[in-house]
Amino acid sequence: MKSGTFKGGVHPWDGKELSKDAPVRVLEPGAELVYPMSQHIGAPAVPCVKKGDRVLKGQRVGEASGFMSANIHASVSGKVKAVEERLTAGGTKVMSVVVTNDGEYEEALPLETSETGEKEKIRDLIRQAGVVGMGGATFPVHVKLSPKSDDAIEYVILNGAECEPYLTSDYRRMLDDAEKIVRGLEIILALFGKAKGIIAIEDNKPDCVKRMTDAANGHDRITVVPVKTKYPQGGERTLIFATTGRKINSDMLPSDVGCIVNNVNTAYEVYRAVDERRPLTERLFTVTGDAAATPGNFLVPLGMSHKEVAEQAGGFNCEPEKLISGGPMMGVAMYTLDTPVARGTGSILAYKEDPVKLAEQQKTNCINCGRCVQVCPGRVIPSRLADFALQKNRAMFEKYYGMECCECGCCSFICPAKRDLTQSIKNYRREILALRKAERAKK
Amino acid sequence: MEKTENLLQVSSNPHTRDTGTTAEIMRTVLISLCPAAIFGVWNFGFHALLLIVVTVATCVLAEFLYEKALHLPITVTDFSAAVTGLLLALNLPPTLPVWMAVLGGVFAIIIVKMLFGGLGQNFMNPALGARCFLLISFSQAMTTFTKVDAVTGATPLAVLKSGGSVNLLDMFIGNTAGTIGETSAAALLLGAAYLLICHVIDFRIPLTYIGTFTVFVAMVQLFSGNGFSVTYLLAEICGGGLLLGAFFMATDYVTSPITPGGKIIYGVLLGVLTGIFRMYGSSAEGVSYAIIFSNLLVPLIERISIPRAFGRERRAS
Repeated sequence: MKSGTFKGGVHPWDGKELSKDAPVRVLEPGAELVYPMSQHIGAPAVPCVKKGDRVLKGQRVGEASGFMSANIHASVSGKVKAVEERLTAGGTKVMSVVVTNDGEYEEALPLETSETGEKEKIRDLIRQAGVVGMGGATFPVHVKLSPKSDDAIEYVILNGAECEPYLTSDYRRMLDDAEKIVRGLEIILALFGKAKGIIAIEDNKPDCVKRMTDAANGHDRITVVPVKTKYPQGGERTLIFATTGRKINSDMLPSDVGCIVNNVNTAYEVYRAVDERRPLTERLFTVTGDAAATPGNFLVPLGMSHKEVAEQAGGFNCEPEKLISGGPMMGVAMYTLDTPVARGTGSILAYKEDPVKLAEQQKTNCINCGRCVQVCPGRVIPSRLADFALQKNRAMFEKYYGMECCECGCCSFICPAKRDLTQSIKNYRREILALRKAERAKK
Repeated sequence: MEKTENLLQVSSNPHTRDTGTTAEIMRTVLISLCPAAIFGVWNFGFHALLLIVVTVATCVLAEFLYEKALHLPITVTDFSAAVTGLLLALNLPPTLPVWMAVLGGVFAIIIVKMLFGGLGQNFMNPALGARCFLLISFSQAMTTFTKVDAVTGATPLAVLKSGGSVNLLDMFIGNTAGTIGETSAAALLLGAAYLLICHVIDFRIPLTYIGTFTVFVAMVQLFSGNGFSVTYLLAEICGGGLLLGAFFMATDYVTSPITPGGKIIYGVLLGVLTGIFRMYGSSAEGVSYAIIFSNLLVPLIERISIPRAFGRERRAS
């Protein structure tokens, strides 16, 4: 079968062999767990416990503040030590509920719903469980699963591409819990009567393709579709195009072209919420990189500090020079590990040496070679956009489709002049988004 | 808890980079020009070698001294000055006095490149800018071509222009009169293949350039009533620096459009201009002027060829 793909993209070293074969190990949380109220896209949740309260594992500690928001749950039982601002891996301080672990792991009652309709039940349980996109974007799933019209959805795509180098948590989940992922997809398909289910997996993971195909056997609405191994194959726009041939731009939602895209780990959480009635309290986590003593995959309770995760995962074999939350292409560099694991942070990538250091010495002027244009999945001209961004020339930036940038990093990766194209474009794009918001508010 | 004593590096994504560098690209171009350069030296002898060495050295030194004098970072290690020097040398007649070559090298680097901001900032191909400067200043010396036996001879294109006939095999191998690097189609194609295989250049510009030129010349032949001759057509393609220009100079990143559509427009423009200059101009040559003229139009070509972004193909907004 020919693998679906898109125009552009790059082939960075994928580094997955470091951790892909390590079986998942469950990590024990330490004495203190931190639950930031904003670990999803949308309005932050509101703390619904106060200092001194005893909370149970799975109990709600943050209440969604509106539709576009998500509930937050404790992953251990214990006493609320504080409700205060704490540093997160993203580098910002966020209002958080801090819980002292009493080590008893006493569980709260399973989720219950008062809804009677089949679809309403599913959506309500997913909303209650606080399920968000586990691929890193953390979009609240109950919102994603509530398009204008259920019948307009033609494809529910599960993203098992895992195109980001080094990360292996989707890989492990597909091998370990294939049936549960398929069950999660089945639950989602129950919402959309006219939709087909597609499980998209990069063709460098034939074992996952086989495993998922076997698990989906007998489900006539579900097919496993291999896609070409290329970064950013797992991006929402590129994946929709590779599997259905449809295109969306930055102003559109996947549902505008009849698609809904969810990560395989999200489907797993949907299964957990609906069938097991458990809220989202843990996630698969990869600790890897050349500075990780024993790269591997771990089941980590949310709220556990990155530092404890790193230590329990075997620590570092030297003083790492760079630590990244996420993968090398889109991850965020961390200046401290004293931050909690949140829903969108699925890895620590530890580098002995900062791989960008050499590039810093090789910087030259732009030679206009056009490689950034060749690799850009958004089909824009990154080198020009970066110039417009540095000049703060908004008119030209918008005219050259600067707002279509998805921040994937391909242009900076490929640039022989080692220019920080992605950084310039990304920063200015966000500035314009903020300006637009302010302009709308004025009107 | 102990304090982190070693500070961590922090930067924006991506945190990994491809191994390709500007210097590597320039090095690849230098290597790709070697067959033509070696053939030129073999064909024309010691003076050709001297011109190549002197021109390359002049270009590198000019850039170095300019940057030293103005306290700028030294950039000669990116090999771009060496590429300019080699390209210029390959565009010089093999008997040119050395001092003229030095002057050309200085002009290319200082006037065309550095005064506009150095690497990536020039709007005209430095080597061709210098060649045209020399051609206008020293027309006699720049158009005196000798063959191996040191007898002054006409270039194949000049022979064609005056109605004579040429030996195609000689032109393919390069055993003819001309500039140091332009005579051997075989050596140039070898280098071009290397550039294409290494993905340093893309087929769009050379293909549309040579394609348009071929169609143009064929049309002129058909409509002028002189009869259609394949030999004439092939001679026009192999001769007069068209291959050198199309593969090595029209494809110069800095002075060609970055947009995929723009490359096609640029190639077509080059083909038509070269055709006009060669068929109707007083000189038998036209490649150099066609390229530097088109260089000037690159910003305009880019403006009309901005590609539509992914998902924006149908409507602009």
